Parts: sequence; C-alpha cells; structure tokens
Amino acid sequence: MATIELNRVSKTYSGDIRAVSEATLAFRDGEFIVLVGPSGCGKSTLLRMIAGLEAITSGTVAIGGRVVNDLPPKDRDVAMVFQNYALYPHMTVEKNMAFGLLRRRKHSGLSGLLFHATERRAELAAIDRKVLDTARTLGIEPLLARLPRALSGGQRQRVALGRALVREPQVFLFDEPLSNLDARLRIEMRAEIRELHRRTKASMVYVTHDQEEAMTLADRMVVMKFGVVQQFGTPGECYARPANHFVAGFVGTPVMNFIEGRVDDGMFVSTDLRVTLPAARWPRMPAGPATLGVRPDQLRLLHSAEAGVDSMDSSGTSVPATVRAIERLGDRMDVAVMIGGTRLTARIENDDRLVEGGSVLVHIGLGAAHLFASGEDGARLADAHDVA
Amino acid sequence: MRSRIGKSLIYALLIAGTVTFLFPLWWMVAVSLMTPEAAQAATVRGGLTSLVPTDPQWHNYPDALMQMGSVRWTGFLDALANSVVVTVLATAGTALSSSLVGMAFARMRFRGSRPMFLVMLGTMMLPAQVTMIPLFILFRNLGWIDTFLPLVVPAFFGNAFFIFMYRQFIAQIPEALLEAARLDGQGWFGIWWHVILPLTRPVTAITAVFTFIFTWNDFLAPLIYLQSDDQATLSVALNSFRNQYGGITKVNLLMAASLTTMVPCILLFLAAQKQFIEGLGKGAVKG
Repeated sequence: MATIELNRVSKTYSGDIRAVSEATLAFRDGEFIVLVGPSGCGKSTLLRMIAGLEAITSGTVAIGGRVVNDLPPKDRDVAMVFQNYALYPHMTVEKNMAFGLLRRRKHSGLSGLLFHATERRAELAAIDRKVLDTARTLGIEPLLARLPRALSGGQRQRVALGRALVREPQVFLFDEPLSNLDARLRIEMRAEIRELHRRTKASMVYVTHDQEEAMTLADRMVVMKFGVVQQFGTPGECYARPANHFVAGFVGTPVMNFIEGRVDDGMFVSTDLRVTLPAARWPRMPAGPATLGVRPDQLRLLHSAEAGVDSMDSSGTSVPATVRAIERLGDRMDVAVMIGGTRLTARIENDDRLVEGGSVLVHIGLGAAHLFASGEDGARLADAHDVA
Repeated sequence: MRSRIGKSLIYALLIAGTVTFLFPLWWMVAVSLMTPEAAQAATVRGGLTSLVPTDPQWHNYPDALMQMGSVRWTGFLDALANSVVVTVLATAGTALSSSLVGMAFARMRFRGSRPMFLVMLGTMMLPAQVTMIPLFILFRNLGWIDTFLPLVVPAFFGNAFFIFMYRQFIAQIPEALLEAARLDGQGWFGIWWHVILPLTRPVTAITAVFTFIFTWNDFLAPLIYLQSDDQATLSVALNSFRNQYGGITKVNLLMAASLTTMVPCILLFLAAQKQFIEGLGKGAVKG
C-alpha cells in the first residue's frame, strides 16, 4: 500500500514521438485508479513507467514517497497483471504463483541450502501456505498442479491475478487484464477485481480502453488522449462535469450528442436549431462559436398529441424531427432522429408508437447539457455550477 | 485405385532409399564379424562373398578395443575418457554460451547490436581451413598445444549457427513473459535460467545433439592439437589401425572399433528424437 506521485512525467520515443507528455498526478494510498483512453493515448506507457518496464524520459515517479526512476522493476515492489496473462508456460499454476516469492526469500541461494536448512525449509513452507491461501480465495485451488495450457482464458486470468496477489506488493498494476475474455466473463471478473480491492485495500492502477470498465471500477479515473491527461477525477465528475469535448464524448454510452453552432445573445444557434440558454445556468455568455453537448438520456421524444402538455422541465426546447433508426435494447431503446441535417441519438423508454421514417417532436433538456469551445478538444465553458 | 498405385510407388521409393542408406552400415557390421582373411578378401580384392556372416567372429569386438593404441586396453579407455571429457565440455559450452548470446541478440537493445550480429553471421561464411593455421599459432602462443583447451574453450564462446537459431526462437517468446519475470525479481541471468532455457529446450536439444556428434566424430582438430598418445580421442585412436604407409591391415577390427564408437551418437539421437518432435508441436500451438 502506497501513494503514487507522478511529477511532469514524459515519455519520448526515438524521433519525436511523444507517448506521454507532462503527466502530473497524485494517487492516494489504497486508491483504485483507472487510466482510460483510446488506443495509442499513452495509458499503457504511463503504467509501464510506474512498473519500471519503460524508461522515463523526464519527470519523476514516486511510490510511497520514494522516487523510483532509477530502480529496476524488482525493487519497486509492484506486481502486474498482463493482458495476455504472461504465465510461464513451463511451470505449473503453483510454481507460477510461487515464483516471485522464491526469489525474495532471505535464504534462497546456495548458502541457504548448505547452512540454513531449517530456516530455508520454514520459508518454503510459508510460501506453500501463502500460495494455497491465495488459490483458495480465488477458487483456483484445484488447478494448482496444472500447466497454463490446460486452463481456459478465465482460469488463466485468475491465476495471473493470484500470482500478483500472493506477492502482497505495495502497488498492483493491471494492463487491460480483461480484454481477452468474453463479455460475460469480463463483467464477472470486473466485480471480482472490485471485491479484491475492497478486501485488500491495496493501491491499484488499472489500464483499459473501455470507459464502462473504467466507470465501474475506478475510485478516480485519468482520461488520456495523445499522451495528454484530459481529466483526472471520479467517474461521477468525469461524467457530469467533463473537462472538455473529448472527455464528454468518451465517457458514457451512447455517445453524447454534439451540435456545432454559436452562442449569440443568450441563444445557442445552429443551422437547424435555436435554443434559449437558461440565464441562471450560463449568465453573460460572450457571443462566439461553440458546441452544445446533450446526453442521449436528456432527449425526450414526444408525439404531436402530447405537445404543449407542460410536463417538462422549463429549460429546453421542443423541435420537430424525423425518426431515422430505432435500436431496441430490451427495456429501453436508442432512437436516431434528424432535425434537418443534424443527427441526434436519444435513449428513451420503450415506445411502440415510434416508427422509422415517422415524425416526432424532440425535447432537448438543457439541465445537464454542456457548452464547449468549438473544435474536437474544446474546453467546457464554465457555467453557474462551476462558480458554486 | 490410382491412389493405391501411387502409394505403392512411394513406398517402393522409400524402401529403395532406406536400403541405399543402410547398406554401408550393414556392410560395416558384416565385415566387423569376418575373419581377417575374409575381411581382407572382401575389401582389398573386392571379393565380397557374403553379406550375411556365416561364422560371426564376435571376439573381433573385444580384440579391436584391446588393440587400440599402443598399450593393451589402456589405449581404448584413455581415448574413451578423453572423448567423453572433450565432448561433454564442448557440448555444454556451446549450448550455454549460444543461448546466452542468442538471448542478448534477441532481447537486449544495445548500441551496435545489429552490426555485431551481422559480423557474427559472417563468421559462418568463412571456411574452417582458412582459420586453421592462424588458430594453431594462437593456441601455440598460449601454450595450449597437447591439451584439451583448444578443443573445449572455443565452444564456450558460442557457435554462430546455434546463436542464430537461439535468437530466432527467443525472439518469438512473448515480451510480457520476460517482463513478468523482471517484476518477479529476476535479472537477466535469472530470466535466462528460469524462463529462456526451459522454453528453448528443443533448440538446446538440437544444439546438444549436433555439437555432440560433431565433437565426438571430429578427427582433424584433435589430430592437430593433441600430440601425445594418452591425449588422443577415440576418432584419433581409430587411426592406429592404419599401418605406417596408410594402408589398412585389420579391416575387420577397424570396423568393429568404428561401430563401437558410433554407439553413443546413435543412442543420443534416439533419446533426443522425442524432444525434437515435441518441440515442433509446441511451437505450433504456443501455450
């Protein structure tokens, strides 16, 4: 258990390829941190720099208050779970788990064998016990004598977890550990890892490209893009108060709807849309180009009969639209609608009256909407909540 | 129907090939069991009368071994011991050093690794005869003539072909495995010993068998570097069946002694065969 502090950590590869630039982050003791972002965003590189598998170009990494830049991985007291499990194929499950411990014994060498036979035997017995205990908690005890190739993907990942757990390191590192598993097993293992964290209270850093995995696992998450940290906060913060256009689009499914336009005199105006911005939320917005972001669950689809019934919250606008496509999810449905040339996705309760090609009124709720500076990486424009 | 004919044709070819390849060996066995007169007749005068020895002279074998070298029995036992020591050391040295160097070329990033690798491959292109005299002078200056050192020490500096083979094989091992070992507290030597060596067993088997057979049968190097009788290896000791003028007097005994020296190589090959096949299969599915 330990804090991890990254101070302006950068990684540059030969040439001028910046994998990570100037990451400054402080993880608390016992925190579950998830590094998330699209592939090539530098999240794995950052993790590998913490592990010591990748040299740090500039900046410092400190684990438990000790700068570890020049320490080899074995002296950092970290354990890692790899995407492809990385179990030693020639060792049984038991040997795989014990391997890291065997090396760390006091009486491991020839001198142990010759002069400290009793201590050596006690150490080995302690390792056996530890391996057995860990195997029991993970439910892999019956597999101990098997070779990795005789295990299923899920079992292998469990052994890989066990190998990390048995070491009782200061920090656990996970590099996309679940992405080789099928969807159902992934959700099961996700819950198990979460439970493991609750029980061990160890510091964990977890890399994934799956925002849903990040949201469900993280105490706090680091959203990255092109080697740059976009936002560092709780999943709730990243969802409700995204730092910029990219984070807003990356976090949450279905993806947030973005409408390009401009702010003008308290209104948001796009080619197909005019919305009055509630002055209480966005007082004194300067005029200029902007992007409006609305999550799909903030859209409601009304039939003409209901129009005018004032059951909605007062902020927002209803606009006529045509239904383009319907995706049924079982209990809910995702509906793509066109307002002129603007395509929006709404996630709504099942509504059998909707037909593809039919017309409908779209109510855009602005209560949880955001305004961003225009462009792919546009920062979120401050609103009244930020001041408070 | 056609496939049956094709099949019989293939088998006929295979059988013909097998017979062709086995004939010299069978000939050795046959001659080794003949009387001196019959053997002489069979080889020198080209009058090979029978391929099946009618009156097998089993005592040819102990006689042959006994007469090897200048002192009865001692010549053979010395030569056997010398061969075993040289071969075991050379085999172990080649396998250990080649796998270490192969790992370095496959996994370590260091300045000049590519040019060094090419230079190493270049040594394979040199005919051994070109380096023979300079090497002899070098070993003479070191004072190593008439010792085993010229036969054993070079093996500990790797062999270009086996280094190349190890490098190709080690390059296929997933990087994550080595990283896991590093996190588990291993340095390069630990990784080599605990991860690389066990996973390259098929390559080690090939390296060991080839080096063993080559060193065991090597005639030229021991002949050049070893001068006293009691330092001779088996292949050199076999030479004592030739007479002063290069002729061969006791063909039956020479064949018996030759067959005896072949036995370890044949046994080793049979033992390692399983290892080769297993290695091929393992590479295909990669657990």
